[in-house]
Amino acid sequence: MSENNVVEIRGLTRRFWRKTALADVTLNIPRGVVFGLVGENGAGKTTLIKHLLGLLKAQRGTVSVFGLNPVDDPIRVLAQIGYLSESREMPDWMRIGQFMSYSQAFFPKWDATYADQLREMFELAKGQRIKSLSRGQRARVGLLAALAHRPDFLVLDEPSSGLDPIVRRDILSAIIRTVADEGRTILFSSHLLDEVERVADQVAMLHLGRLVMSAPLDQILDEHHLLTVRFPNPPATTPTLPGGLGWSGEGREWTCVCNGELERLRTEAASAGASIVEERRPSLEDVFLARARAATTQQQGSES
Amino acid sequence: MQLHVSTNDGVPIYQQVAAQVKYLVASGRLKQGDQLLPVRKLAEQLIVNPNTVARAYRELESEGVVESRRGSGVFVAEGVSPLAKREQNKILNERIDTLLAEAAHMNVELETVIKLVRQRSQQMR
Repeated sequence: MSENNVVEIRGLTRRFWRKTALADVTLNIPRGVVFGLVGENGAGKTTLIKHLLGLLKAQRGTVSVFGLNPVDDPIRVLAQIGYLSESREMPDWMRIGQFMSYSQAFFPKWDATYADQLREMFELAKGQRIKSLSRGQRARVGLLAALAHRPDFLVLDEPSSGLDPIVRRDILSAIIRTVADEGRTILFSSHLLDEVERVADQVAMLHLGRLVMSAPLDQILDEHHLLTVRFPNPPATTPTLPGGLGWSGEGREWTCVCNGELERLRTEAASAGASIVEERRPSLEDVFLARARAATTQQQGSES
Repeated sequence: MQLHVSTNDGVPIYQQVAAQVKYLVASGRLKQGDQLLPVRKLAEQLIVNPNTVARAYRELESEGVVESRRGSGVFVAEGVSPLAKREQNKILNERIDTLLAEAAHMNVELETVIKLVRQRSQQMR
């Protein structure tokens, strides 16, 4: 266990019945980063998070959080984690003030003054019943409870899913405020790639339970190129060129994402009579879609 | 100080922030000695990682556009021509690249493009 990593996962595999939810996932979350976990719904994001919280036991591989096994030592691990679940389960019958006292009981380090500041910042009234809250307000209450004990590690599972753009802005801006505040480690999962690209320092991508990549965001965006390739004649099937991932298009012009070996792709394209007519820096979404498409094709290939 | 960033721009966010601050300075909307928003405030406003804003400010500082005064914030630098020649060229080159790409796409010769630029320029006088 390195001092610099809050989380270390090695060879984690998890099956539910016959379905593989996580397959041999290895990754580190370094201290102090905002770590974005991306993938489609069902890619394994929530399953991975549940392992960090000790809610699921590793079937194969190891999981360590702050150097501890969350299944063996849940109290010491959970005391250092602030967690916002995707489903936002909360006792509906409570009022916000009651829910705050109730949550306080679980965390020795709960800071009541800070909790009240957060409540005011999020414009929540103590007397409001949780049942009567909008989705956005619910998300804020959840975030308040995750933050008020000033955890070293904040785990947010789809913090902005199901929220309208205004509330999403609000939640994201609250998250950014807390990053800047204390320089803590944050893991947040999302299928909204634009959001992750704005907020994350590092990104890991899961696809069908497999880790497709895990790297600093800048590195991912610098190493990939979004290319438009023009062919002399419309290709009869989806084109393939070495290093070109996730082709889409029609007729003569196709776009793909090139992973690193741009010169090789350029040479191969030229020998096929094609040329690169446009080249730009991809968005995280471009990279993700291309990687996901390539991974699906590869998986279908190996299964057939 | 109103900035806008996009993830579909093909340009890293920190560069978008730095470029927009430069435009604000060049156009006089930010004047010498004006204070920029603190890193945290701007990060919250743009919904981007604070490190990204800090990097943009560092870039601007190393180019002499802004200066940070310890404890009080980041300010538009005094007595420095807002846009150095190199910077002007960089901004123009980006526009020219787009123009050339469009022209190549439509099979328009370089000479014709230059002629068009001259014509437009005369119309603008």
